[in-house]
Amino acid sequence: MKEKNQTLTEIKRTVLLLPAVILLICFFIVPILMTFGYSFSNLALSGANAKNFRFTGIENYIKMWKDRTVFISIKNTLVFLVGSLIGQQVLGFIIALMMKSGNSTFRRIVGPFFLAGWVIPEVVVAICCSTFFANEGTLNHILGFAGIPMIKFLQTMPMTTVVLANIWHGTAFSMLNFQSALDGVSNEIEEAARVDGASYLQTIVKIVIPCIRGTIATNTMLNTLSTLGVFGLIYMMTGGGPGSKTTTIPIYMYKQAFVSQQLGYGTAIAMLLLVIGIILSVLYTRIDRD
Amino acid sequence: MKNARSKKAAPYIVLSILAVVFALPLVWVVLASLDLNASSGVKIPAQFTLQNYIEVIKSQTNQRALRNGLIISLFQSLIVVFISILAAYPLSRFELKCKKIFMLTILFMTALPMTAVMVPVYRLFLTVKLYNSIPGVILFMTATSLPYGIWLMKNSMDGVPMELEEAAKVDGATTLTSIFKVIVPLMFPGICVVFIYTFSGSWGNFFVPYILLSTAEKMPASVQLYQFFGQNGMVVYGQLAAYSALYALPSIILYVLSQSYMSKGFNLSGAAKG
Repeated sequence: MKEKNQTLTEIKRTVLLLPAVILLICFFIVPILMTFGYSFSNLALSGANAKNFRFTGIENYIKMWKDRTVFISIKNTLVFLVGSLIGQQVLGFIIALMMKSGNSTFRRIVGPFFLAGWVIPEVVVAICCSTFFANEGTLNHILGFAGIPMIKFLQTMPMTTVVLANIWHGTAFSMLNFQSALDGVSNEIEEAARVDGASYLQTIVKIVIPCIRGTIATNTMLNTLSTLGVFGLIYMMTGGGPGSKTTTIPIYMYKQAFVSQQLGYGTAIAMLLLVIGIILSVLYTRIDRD
Repeated sequence: MKNARSKKAAPYIVLSILAVVFALPLVWVVLASLDLNASSGVKIPAQFTLQNYIEVIKSQTNQRALRNGLIISLFQSLIVVFISILAAYPLSRFELKCKKIFMLTILFMTALPMTAVMVPVYRLFLTVKLYNSIPGVILFMTATSLPYGIWLMKNSMDGVPMELEEAAKVDGATTLTSIFKVIVPLMFPGICVVFIYTFSGSWGNFFVPYILLSTAEKMPASVQLYQFFGQNGMVVYGQLAAYSALYALPSIILYVLSQSYMSKGFNLSGAAKG
Protein backbone atom coordinates (compact mmCIF):
# COMPACT_ATOMS: atom_id res chain seq x y z
CA MET A 1 0.00 0.00 0.00
CA LYS A 2 2.73 2.38 0.95
CA GLU A 3 4.69 1.46 -2.16
CA LYS A 4 1.66 2.12 -4.33
CA ASN A 5 1.31 5.55 -2.77
CA GLN A 6 4.91 6.29 -3.51
CA THR A 7 4.52 5.40 -7.18
CA LEU A 8 1.43 7.60 -7.24
CA THR A 9 3.27 10.65 -5.90
CA GLU A 10 6.14 9.96 -8.27
CA ILE A 11 3.68 10.02 -11.17
CA LYS A 12 1.92 13.12 -9.85
CA ARG A 13 5.22 14.90 -9.53
CA THR A 14 6.30 14.13 -13.07
CA VAL A 15 3.05 15.31 -14.68
CA LEU A 16 4.53 18.78 -15.09
CA LEU A 17 7.34 17.29 -17.13
CA LEU A 18 4.88 15.84 -19.63
CA PRO A 19 4.51 18.76 -22.09
CA ALA A 20 8.28 19.02 -22.38
CA VAL A 21 8.75 15.29 -22.72
CA ILE A 22 6.06 14.96 -25.39
CA LEU A 23 7.52 17.79 -27.49
CA LEU A 24 11.04 16.43 -27.10
CA ILE A 25 9.96 12.95 -28.16
CA CYS A 26 7.95 14.13 -31.18
CA PHE A 27 10.34 16.70 -32.58
CA PHE A 28 13.72 15.75 -31.18
CA ILE A 29 14.03 12.05 -30.51
CA VAL A 30 11.79 10.79 -33.32
CA PRO A 31 13.75 12.76 -35.98
CA ILE A 32 17.00 11.33 -34.62
CA LEU A 33 15.62 7.80 -34.87
CA MET A 34 14.23 8.58 -38.32
CA THR A 35 17.71 9.71 -39.39
CA PHE A 36 19.05 6.28 -38.49
CA GLY A 37 16.15 4.57 -40.28
CA TYR A 38 16.05 6.63 -43.48
CA SER A 39 19.77 6.35 -43.99
CA PHE A 40 19.11 2.68 -44.81
CA SER A 41 16.38 3.50 -47.34
CA ASN A 42 16.02 4.83 -50.88
CA LEU A 43 13.63 7.62 -49.85
CA ALA A 44 13.36 10.16 -52.68
CA LEU A 45 11.06 12.95 -53.81
CA SER A 46 11.43 12.37 -57.54
CA GLY A 47 12.69 9.76 -59.95
CA ALA A 48 12.06 6.04 -59.94
CA ASN A 49 12.74 5.64 -56.23
CA ALA A 50 10.02 8.10 -55.25
CA LYS A 51 7.23 5.62 -56.05
CA ASN A 52 9.12 2.64 -54.83
CA PHE A 53 10.16 3.29 -51.22
CA ARG A 54 12.01 0.44 -49.58
CA PHE A 55 14.81 -0.27 -47.18
CA THR A 56 17.99 -0.91 -49.05
CA GLY A 57 20.33 -1.96 -46.27
CA ILE A 58 23.74 -0.41 -46.44
CA GLU A 59 23.40 0.58 -50.11
CA ASN A 60 23.64 4.31 -49.27
CA TYR A 61 26.78 3.74 -47.28
CA ILE A 62 28.38 1.79 -50.14
CA LYS A 63 27.40 4.63 -52.48
CA MET A 64 29.00 7.11 -50.06
CA TRP A 65 32.18 5.08 -49.99
CA LYS A 66 32.41 5.37 -53.77
CA ASP A 67 31.34 9.04 -53.91
CA ARG A 68 34.37 11.31 -54.26
CA THR A 69 32.41 14.36 -53.18
CA VAL A 70 31.74 12.72 -49.82
CA PHE A 71 35.46 12.56 -49.15
CA ILE A 72 35.94 16.10 -50.40
CA SER A 73 33.19 17.31 -48.08
CA ILE A 74 34.69 15.45 -45.11
CA LYS A 75 38.06 17.04 -45.85
CA ASN A 76 36.43 20.48 -46.26
CA THR A 77 34.53 20.07 -43.00
CA LEU A 78 37.78 19.22 -41.19
CA VAL A 79 39.61 22.20 -42.71
CA PHE A 80 36.70 24.50 -41.82
CA LEU A 81 36.53 23.04 -38.32
CA VAL A 82 40.24 23.14 -37.49
CA GLY A 83 40.72 26.58 -39.05
CA SER A 84 37.77 28.03 -37.14
CA LEU A 85 38.73 26.35 -33.86
CA ILE A 86 42.33 27.56 -33.91
CA GLY A 87 41.42 31.05 -35.11
CA GLN A 88 38.54 31.60 -32.70
CA GLN A 89 40.27 30.20 -29.64
CA VAL A 90 43.71 31.72 -30.13
CA LEU A 91 42.22 35.13 -30.92
CA GLY A 92 39.62 34.75 -28.17
CA PHE A 93 42.31 33.83 -25.66
CA ILE A 94 44.64 36.68 -26.65
CA ILE A 95 41.82 39.22 -26.49
CA ALA A 96 40.61 37.88 -23.13
CA LEU A 97 44.13 37.95 -21.72
CA MET A 98 44.78 41.51 -22.85
CA MET A 99 41.38 42.68 -21.69
CA LYS A 100 42.30 41.49 -18.22
CA SER A 101 45.25 43.87 -18.04
CA GLY A 102 43.37 46.78 -19.62
CA ASN A 103 41.38 49.27 -17.57
CA SER A 104 37.60 48.98 -17.40
CA THR A 105 36.72 52.05 -19.47
CA PHE A 106 38.92 50.82 -22.29
CA ARG A 107 37.33 47.37 -22.04
CA ARG A 108 33.90 48.85 -22.30
CA ILE A 109 34.90 50.73 -25.45
CA VAL A 110 36.56 47.90 -27.39
CA GLY A 111 34.38 45.03 -26.07
CA PRO A 112 31.36 45.76 -28.31
CA PHE A 113 33.52 45.59 -31.45
CA PHE A 114 34.41 41.97 -30.71
CA LEU A 115 30.90 41.07 -29.60
CA ALA A 116 29.07 42.59 -32.57
CA GLY A 117 29.94 39.85 -35.06
CA TRP A 118 28.67 37.27 -32.58
CA VAL A 119 25.46 39.02 -31.56
CA ILE A 120 24.11 39.81 -35.05
CA PRO A 121 22.14 37.10 -36.91
CA GLU A 122 23.88 34.63 -39.23
CA VAL A 123 22.38 36.14 -42.40
CA VAL A 124 23.81 39.56 -41.53
CA VAL A 125 27.19 37.98 -40.78
CA ALA A 126 27.13 36.40 -44.24
CA ILE A 127 26.16 39.70 -45.89
CA CYS A 128 28.82 41.68 -43.99
CA CYS A 129 31.54 39.18 -44.89
CA SER A 130 30.42 38.74 -48.50
CA THR A 131 30.67 42.47 -49.12
CA PHE A 132 33.88 42.77 -47.07
CA PHE A 133 35.63 40.13 -49.20
CA ALA A 134 33.90 41.08 -52.50
CA ASN A 135 36.01 41.94 -55.53
CA GLU A 136 35.09 45.61 -55.15
CA GLY A 137 34.76 45.21 -51.40
CA THR A 138 36.27 46.90 -48.38
CA LEU A 139 39.27 44.60 -48.04
CA ASN A 140 40.27 45.07 -51.67
CA HIS A 141 39.91 48.85 -51.23
CA ILE A 142 42.31 48.70 -48.30
CA LEU A 143 44.75 46.45 -50.17
CA GLY A 144 44.47 48.84 -53.10
CA PHE A 145 45.72 51.69 -50.90
CA ALA A 146 48.74 49.55 -50.09
CA GLY A 147 49.32 48.99 -53.80
CA ILE A 148 48.28 45.32 -53.75
CA PRO A 149 46.27 44.32 -56.85
CA MET A 150 42.70 43.07 -56.42
CA ILE A 151 42.31 39.55 -55.00
CA LYS A 152 39.18 37.57 -55.86
CA PHE A 153 38.84 36.14 -52.35
CA LEU A 154 35.56 34.28 -52.85
CA GLN A 155 36.76 32.69 -56.11
CA THR A 156 40.43 31.96 -55.54
CA MET A 157 40.53 31.22 -51.80
CA PRO A 158 36.92 30.44 -50.85
CA MET A 159 37.73 28.17 -47.91
CA THR A 160 40.08 30.66 -46.26
CA THR A 161 37.41 33.33 -46.74
CA VAL A 162 34.60 31.38 -45.07
CA VAL A 163 36.94 30.33 -42.26
CA LEU A 164 37.85 33.98 -41.66
CA ALA A 165 34.15 34.87 -41.70
CA ASN A 166 33.44 32.18 -39.13
CA ILE A 167 36.34 33.37 -36.97
CA TRP A 168 34.94 36.90 -37.11
CA HIS A 169 31.56 35.51 -36.06
CA GLY A 170 32.66 33.10 -33.34
CA THR A 171 35.65 34.65 -31.59
CA ALA A 172 33.48 36.49 -29.08
CA PHE A 173 32.05 33.24 -27.71
CA SER A 174 35.54 31.94 -26.89
CA MET A 175 36.57 35.35 -25.62
CA LEU A 176 33.67 35.45 -23.13
CA ASN A 177 34.40 31.92 -21.92
CA PHE A 178 38.10 32.67 -21.47
CA GLN A 179 37.38 35.98 -19.76
CA SER A 180 35.28 34.35 -17.08
CA ALA A 181 37.87 31.57 -16.68
CA LEU A 182 40.77 34.02 -16.40
CA ASP A 183 38.93 35.95 -13.71
CA GLY A 184 39.15 32.78 -11.65
CA VAL A 185 42.96 32.52 -11.94
CA SER A 186 44.40 34.17 -8.87
CA ASN A 187 46.90 36.94 -9.46
CA GLU A 188 48.99 35.65 -6.57
CA ILE A 189 50.09 32.50 -8.39
CA GLU A 190 51.02 34.56 -11.41
CA GLU A 191 52.95 37.06 -9.34
CA ALA A 192 54.72 34.30 -7.42
CA ALA A 193 55.87 32.83 -10.74
CA ARG A 194 57.08 36.25 -11.88
CA VAL A 195 59.03 36.77 -8.67
CA ASP A 196 60.70 33.41 -9.22
CA GLY A 197 61.94 34.79 -12.52
CA ALA A 198 59.47 33.35 -15.00
CA SER A 199 58.97 35.40 -18.15
CA TYR A 200 55.53 36.64 -19.20
CA LEU A 201 55.23 33.91 -21.83
CA GLN A 202 56.37 31.22 -19.39
CA THR A 203 53.79 32.34 -16.83
CA ILE A 204 51.05 32.03 -19.43
CA VAL A 205 52.10 28.67 -20.81
CA LYS A 206 53.06 27.05 -17.50
CA ILE A 207 50.61 28.66 -15.06
CA VAL A 208 47.62 30.32 -16.73
CA ILE A 209 46.83 27.77 -19.43
CA PRO A 210 46.96 24.73 -17.07
CA CYS A 211 44.66 26.62 -14.67
CA ILE A 212 41.96 27.07 -17.29
CA ARG A 213 42.33 23.77 -19.12
CA GLY A 214 38.82 22.73 -18.12
CA THR A 215 37.42 25.78 -19.87
CA ILE A 216 39.61 25.15 -22.91
CA ALA A 217 38.24 21.59 -23.14
CA THR A 218 34.59 22.60 -22.78
CA ASN A 219 35.01 25.52 -25.13
CA THR A 220 36.68 23.34 -27.78
CA MET A 221 33.90 20.78 -27.49
CA LEU A 222 31.07 23.32 -27.81
CA ASN A 223 32.79 25.10 -30.69
CA THR A 224 33.38 21.81 -32.47
CA LEU A 225 29.73 20.86 -32.15
CA SER A 226 28.43 24.20 -33.37
CA THR A 227 31.00 24.49 -36.18
CA LEU A 228 30.10 21.03 -37.50
CA GLY A 229 26.51 22.17 -37.90
CA VAL A 230 27.29 25.43 -39.73
CA PHE A 231 25.19 25.63 -42.86
CA GLY A 232 23.85 29.14 -43.45
CA LEU A 233 27.12 31.06 -43.37
CA ILE A 234 28.83 28.92 -46.03
CA TYR A 235 25.67 28.43 -48.07
CA MET A 236 25.02 32.15 -48.28
CA MET A 237 28.61 33.18 -48.97
CA THR A 238 29.66 30.58 -51.54
CA GLY A 239 26.82 28.08 -51.97
CA GLY A 240 29.43 25.36 -51.40
CA GLY A 241 31.42 26.46 -54.46
CA PRO A 242 33.18 27.29 -56.61
CA GLY A 243 32.86 23.66 -57.70
CA SER A 244 32.84 21.82 -54.40
CA LYS A 245 35.66 23.77 -52.79
CA THR A 246 33.58 24.84 -49.79
CA THR A 247 31.12 21.95 -49.80
CA THR A 248 31.07 20.74 -46.20
CA ILE A 249 29.01 17.80 -44.91
CA PRO A 250 25.90 19.92 -44.13
CA ILE A 251 26.06 21.58 -47.57
CA TYR A 252 26.44 18.25 -49.37
CA MET A 253 23.61 16.80 -47.30
CA TYR A 254 21.42 19.72 -48.35
CA LYS A 255 22.38 19.39 -52.03
CA GLN A 256 21.67 15.67 -52.13
CA ALA A 257 18.44 15.84 -50.15
CA PHE A 258 16.84 18.99 -51.54
CA VAL A 259 18.49 19.74 -54.89
CA SER A 260 18.87 16.18 -56.17
CA GLN A 261 15.87 15.19 -54.01
CA GLN A 262 17.49 11.98 -52.78
CA LEU A 263 16.35 12.17 -49.15
CA GLY A 264 17.65 8.72 -48.22
CA TYR A 265 21.14 9.44 -49.46
CA GLY A 266 21.10 12.93 -47.93
CA THR A 267 20.19 11.35 -44.59
CA ALA A 268 23.04 8.87 -44.86
CA ILE A 269 25.41 11.82 -45.30
CA ALA A 270 23.79 13.53 -42.32
CA MET A 271 24.57 10.41 -40.30
CA LEU A 272 28.24 11.38 -40.45
CA LEU A 273 27.36 14.55 -38.57
CA LEU A 274 24.94 12.90 -36.22
CA VAL A 275 27.31 10.13 -35.14
CA ILE A 276 30.20 12.54 -34.54
CA GLY A 277 27.74 14.87 -32.80
CA ILE A 278 26.43 12.14 -30.52
CA ILE A 279 29.92 10.96 -29.53
CA LEU A 280 31.13 14.49 -28.79
CA SER A 281 27.94 15.41 -26.92
CA VAL A 282 28.31 12.38 -24.67
CA LEU A 283 31.92 13.38 -23.98
CA TYR A 284 30.70 16.92 -23.29
CA THR A 285 28.21 15.77 -20.65
CA ARG A 286 31.11 13.89 -19.03
CA ILE A 287 33.50 16.83 -18.79
CA ASP A 288 30.77 19.16 -17.69
CA ARG A 289 30.14 17.13 -14.56
CA ASP A 290 33.56 17.66 -13.07
CA MET B 1 61.66 52.56 -17.37
CA LYS B 2 60.87 53.07 -21.02
CA ASN B 3 60.61 49.33 -21.40
CA ALA B 4 58.06 49.02 -18.61
CA ARG B 5 55.90 51.74 -20.12
CA SER B 6 55.87 50.15 -23.55
CA LYS B 7 54.97 46.83 -21.95
CA LYS B 8 51.97 48.49 -20.34
CA ALA B 9 50.90 50.09 -23.59
CA ALA B 10 51.17 46.90 -25.65
CA PRO B 11 47.75 45.39 -24.79
CA TYR B 12 46.03 48.70 -25.54
CA ILE B 13 47.69 48.99 -28.93
CA VAL B 14 47.05 45.37 -29.95
CA LEU B 15 43.45 45.46 -28.73
CA SER B 16 42.76 48.73 -30.54
CA ILE B 17 44.12 47.33 -33.80
CA LEU B 18 42.09 44.13 -33.40
CA ALA B 19 38.96 46.14 -32.58
CA VAL B 20 39.36 48.18 -35.77
CA VAL B 21 39.81 45.00 -37.83
CA PHE B 22 36.71 43.47 -36.23
CA ALA B 23 34.73 46.65 -36.88
CA LEU B 24 35.57 46.91 -40.59
CA PRO B 25 32.87 44.55 -41.96
CA LEU B 26 30.29 46.38 -39.84
CA VAL B 27 31.35 49.86 -40.87
CA TRP B 28 30.16 49.01 -44.36
CA VAL B 29 26.62 48.21 -43.13
CA VAL B 30 26.35 51.50 -41.29
CA LEU B 31 27.78 53.71 -44.04
CA ALA B 32 26.13 51.94 -46.99
CA SER B 33 22.73 52.03 -45.30
CA LEU B 34 22.95 55.84 -45.23
CA ASP B 35 24.13 56.12 -48.83
CA LEU B 36 21.88 56.07 -51.92
CA ASN B 37 24.82 55.22 -54.18
CA ALA B 38 26.36 52.56 -51.99
CA SER B 39 28.63 49.91 -53.48
CA SER B 40 30.15 46.80 -51.92
CA GLY B 41 33.18 48.74 -50.69
CA VAL B 42 33.30 51.07 -47.74
CA LYS B 43 33.04 54.74 -48.62
CA ILE B 44 31.81 57.91 -46.97
CA PRO B 45 28.43 58.79 -48.51
CA ALA B 46 28.41 61.99 -50.59
CA GLN B 47 25.14 62.75 -48.87
CA PHE B 48 23.77 61.12 -45.74
CA THR B 49 20.17 60.02 -46.16
CA LEU B 50 17.58 57.82 -44.45
CA GLN B 51 15.94 57.06 -47.81
CA ASN B 52 17.19 53.43 -47.82
CA TYR B 53 15.56 52.77 -44.46
CA ILE B 54 12.31 54.37 -45.63
CA GLU B 55 12.26 52.21 -48.78
CA VAL B 56 12.92 49.06 -46.78
CA ILE B 57 10.22 49.82 -44.21
CA LYS B 58 7.68 50.84 -46.87
CA SER B 59 8.00 47.56 -48.75
CA GLN B 60 5.01 45.28 -48.06
CA THR B 61 7.13 42.18 -48.59
CA ASN B 62 9.66 43.26 -45.98
CA GLN B 63 6.94 44.18 -43.50
CA ARG B 64 5.36 40.78 -43.94
CA ALA B 65 8.68 38.99 -43.47
CA LEU B 66 9.49 40.97 -40.33
CA ARG B 67 5.99 40.26 -39.00
CA ASN B 68 6.36 36.51 -39.72
CA GLY B 69 9.72 36.50 -37.98
CA LEU B 70 8.25 38.30 -35.00
CA ILE B 71 5.31 35.87 -34.76
CA ILE B 72 7.57 32.82 -34.90
CA SER B 73 10.10 34.16 -32.39
CA LEU B 74 7.51 35.53 -29.97
CA PHE B 75 5.32 32.41 -29.84
CA GLN B 76 8.32 30.12 -29.72
CA SER B 77 9.91 31.96 -26.80
CA LEU B 78 6.64 32.23 -24.86
CA ILE B 79 5.96 28.49 -25.24
CA VAL B 80 9.54 27.60 -24.34
CA VAL B 81 9.39 29.78 -21.21
CA PHE B 82 6.02 28.33 -20.12
CA ILE B 83 6.89 24.68 -20.71
CA SER B 84 10.32 24.95 -19.17
CA ILE B 85 8.93 26.58 -16.02
CA LEU B 86 6.54 23.63 -15.66
CA ALA B 87 9.33 21.12 -16.28
CA ALA B 88 11.79 22.88 -14.02
CA TYR B 89 9.51 22.64 -10.98
CA PRO B 90 9.61 18.87 -10.37
CA LEU B 91 13.27 18.78 -11.39
CA SER B 92 14.16 21.47 -8.89
CA ARG B 93 11.86 20.56 -6.00
CA PHE B 94 11.48 16.79 -5.80
CA GLU B 95 13.67 13.75 -5.47
CA LEU B 96 12.92 11.85 -8.66
CA LYS B 97 14.33 8.50 -9.66
CA CYS B 98 14.93 9.55 -13.24
CA LYS B 99 16.22 13.04 -12.49
CA LYS B 100 19.91 12.48 -13.06
CA ILE B 101 19.38 10.68 -16.37
CA PHE B 102 16.87 13.29 -17.47
CA MET B 103 19.20 16.21 -16.77
CA LEU B 104 22.09 14.48 -18.52
CA THR B 105 19.92 13.79 -21.55
CA ILE B 106 18.87 17.43 -21.58
CA LEU B 107 22.48 18.58 -21.42
CA PHE B 108 23.34 16.13 -24.19
CA MET B 109 20.54 17.57 -26.31
CA THR B 110 21.75 21.16 -25.90
CA ALA B 111 24.98 20.24 -27.63
CA LEU B 112 23.70 18.14 -30.54
CA PRO B 113 24.00 19.76 -34.02
CA MET B 114 20.39 19.87 -35.23
CA THR B 115 21.49 20.39 -38.83
CA ALA B 116 21.90 16.61 -39.01
CA VAL B 117 18.22 15.81 -38.48
CA MET B 118 16.65 18.36 -40.83
CA VAL B 119 16.10 15.96 -43.72
CA PRO B 120 13.97 13.52 -41.68
CA VAL B 121 12.15 16.44 -40.05
CA TYR B 122 11.24 17.70 -43.51
CA ARG B 123 9.90 14.25 -44.42
CA LEU B 124 8.04 14.00 -41.11
CA PHE B 125 6.43 17.40 -41.70
CA LEU B 126 5.28 16.38 -45.18
CA THR B 127 3.64 13.27 -43.70
CA VAL B 128 1.87 14.97 -40.79
CA LYS B 129 0.85 17.98 -42.96
CA LEU B 130 2.92 20.47 -40.99
CA TYR B 131 5.10 21.38 -43.99
CA ASN B 132 4.89 25.04 -44.98
CA SER B 133 3.03 25.88 -41.78
CA ILE B 134 4.19 28.59 -39.38
CA PRO B 135 2.78 26.76 -36.31
CA GLY B 136 4.75 23.71 -37.44
CA VAL B 137 7.98 25.71 -37.54
CA ILE B 138 7.17 27.12 -34.10
CA LEU B 139 6.59 23.63 -32.67
CA PHE B 140 9.82 22.24 -34.06
CA MET B 141 11.93 25.19 -32.97
CA THR B 142 10.27 25.10 -29.53
CA ALA B 143 11.36 21.49 -29.12
CA THR B 144 14.92 22.24 -30.18
CA SER B 145 15.29 25.14 -27.74
CA LEU B 146 13.57 23.37 -24.84
CA PRO B 147 16.67 21.52 -23.57
CA TYR B 148 18.60 24.72 -23.02
CA GLY B 149 15.49 26.43 -21.62
CA ILE B 150 14.85 23.66 -19.10
CA TRP B 151 18.52 23.54 -18.10
CA LEU B 152 18.68 27.27 -17.38
CA MET B 153 15.25 27.40 -15.77
CA LYS B 154 16.01 24.52 -13.41
CA ASN B 155 19.26 26.14 -12.31
CA SER B 156 17.60 29.45 -11.71
CA MET B 157 14.68 27.84 -9.83
CA ASP B 158 17.21 26.07 -7.57
CA GLY B 159 18.12 29.56 -6.36
CA VAL B 160 14.61 30.32 -5.11
CA PRO B 161 14.16 29.29 -1.44
CA MET B 162 11.44 26.74 -0.68
CA GLU B 163 10.07 28.36 2.48
CA LEU B 164 7.83 30.83 0.66
CA GLU B 165 5.94 28.25 -1.37
CA GLU B 166 5.59 26.07 1.73
CA ALA B 167 3.89 29.01 3.42
CA ALA B 168 1.67 29.42 0.36
CA LYS B 169 0.79 25.73 0.48
CA VAL B 170 -0.26 26.01 4.11
CA ASP B 171 -2.58 28.80 3.00
CA GLY B 172 -4.13 26.34 0.57
CA ALA B 173 -2.44 27.26 -2.71
CA THR B 174 -2.22 24.57 -5.37
CA THR B 175 1.09 23.64 -6.97
CA LEU B 176 0.33 25.68 -10.07
CA THR B 177 -0.63 28.80 -8.12
CA SER B 178 2.49 28.60 -6.03
CA ILE B 179 4.62 28.20 -9.15
CA PHE B 180 3.15 31.18 -10.96
CA LYS B 181 2.34 33.45 -7.99
CA VAL B 182 5.31 32.74 -5.74
CA ILE B 183 8.24 31.26 -7.63
CA VAL B 184 7.94 32.96 -11.02
CA PRO B 185 8.11 36.54 -9.71
CA LEU B 186 11.24 35.61 -7.72
CA MET B 187 13.06 34.15 -10.70
CA PHE B 188 12.11 36.84 -13.17
CA PRO B 189 15.72 37.53 -14.26
CA GLY B 190 16.25 33.86 -15.10
CA ILE B 191 13.02 33.79 -17.09
CA CYS B 192 14.12 36.88 -19.02
CA VAL B 193 17.40 35.20 -19.92
CA VAL B 194 15.59 32.14 -21.27
CA PHE B 195 13.13 34.32 -23.17
CA ILE B 196 15.80 36.56 -24.67
CA TYR B 197 18.08 33.68 -25.52
CA THR B 198 15.30 31.75 -27.26
CA PHE B 199 13.98 34.82 -29.03
CA SER B 200 17.27 35.86 -30.56
CA GLY B 201 18.14 32.30 -31.51
CA SER B 202 14.81 32.04 -33.28
CA TRP B 203 15.02 35.50 -34.87
CA GLY B 204 18.39 34.64 -36.39
CA ASN B 205 17.54 31.07 -37.41
CA PHE B 206 17.83 30.68 -41.15
CA PHE B 207 18.08 26.95 -41.80
CA VAL B 208 14.87 25.69 -40.16
CA PRO B 209 12.38 28.06 -41.86
CA TYR B 210 14.34 27.76 -45.11
CA ILE B 211 13.76 23.99 -45.10
CA LEU B 212 10.31 23.78 -43.53
CA LEU B 213 8.52 26.65 -45.32
CA SER B 214 8.00 27.02 -49.04
CA THR B 215 5.77 29.98 -49.91
CA ALA B 216 7.05 33.56 -49.91
CA GLU B 217 4.09 34.78 -47.80
CA LYS B 218 5.23 32.69 -44.84
CA MET B 219 8.95 33.39 -44.89
CA PRO B 220 10.43 35.16 -41.87
CA ALA B 221 12.92 38.01 -42.21
CA SER B 222 15.97 35.74 -41.98
CA VAL B 223 15.07 33.85 -45.15
CA GLN B 224 13.67 36.86 -46.99
CA LEU B 225 16.78 38.93 -46.32
CA TYR B 226 18.85 36.11 -47.78
CA GLN B 227 16.63 36.02 -50.86
CA PHE B 228 16.83 39.83 -51.13
CA PHE B 229 20.62 39.49 -50.96
CA GLY B 230 20.66 36.80 -53.65
CA GLN B 231 18.27 38.55 -56.03
CA ASN B 232 18.81 42.30 -55.82
CA GLY B 233 21.50 42.63 -53.17
CA MET B 234 24.18 43.14 -55.74
CA VAL B 235 22.23 46.04 -57.22
CA VAL B 236 20.74 47.97 -54.33
CA TYR B 237 23.51 47.78 -51.76
CA GLY B 238 22.09 50.68 -49.78
CA GLN B 239 18.79 48.94 -49.16
CA LEU B 240 20.51 45.64 -48.44
CA ALA B 241 22.58 47.35 -45.76
CA ALA B 242 19.58 49.18 -44.32
CA TYR B 243 17.55 45.97 -44.18
CA SER B 244 20.48 44.13 -42.54
CA ALA B 245 20.80 46.86 -39.92
CA LEU B 246 17.07 46.89 -39.17
CA TYR B 247 16.95 43.11 -38.94
CA ALA B 248 20.04 42.91 -36.70
CA LEU B 249 18.76 45.62 -34.34
CA PRO B 250 16.45 43.42 -32.19
CA SER B 251 19.29 40.93 -31.64
CA ILE B 252 21.61 43.70 -30.50
CA ILE B 253 19.02 45.28 -28.19
CA LEU B 254 18.12 41.92 -26.67
CA TYR B 255 21.78 41.11 -26.06
CA VAL B 256 22.31 44.39 -24.24
CA LEU B 257 19.15 43.76 -22.21
CA SER B 258 20.21 40.23 -21.31
CA GLN B 259 23.47 41.56 -19.90
CA SER B 260 21.59 43.43 -17.22
CA TYR B 261 19.76 40.24 -16.21
CA MET B 262 22.84 38.06 -16.07
CA SER B 263 24.36 39.22 -12.84
CA LYS B 264 27.18 36.75 -12.83
CA GLY B 265 28.06 37.32 -16.43
CA PHE B 266 28.47 34.46 -18.80
CA ASN B 267 28.09 30.96 -17.45
CA LEU B 268 29.64 28.15 -19.42
CA SER B 269 27.85 25.16 -17.94
CA GLY B 270 25.34 23.89 -20.43
CA ALA B 271 26.22 26.77 -22.67
CA ALA B 272 24.78 27.51 -26.04
CA LYS B 273 25.32 26.14 -29.43
CA GLY B 274 26.74 28.90 -31.56
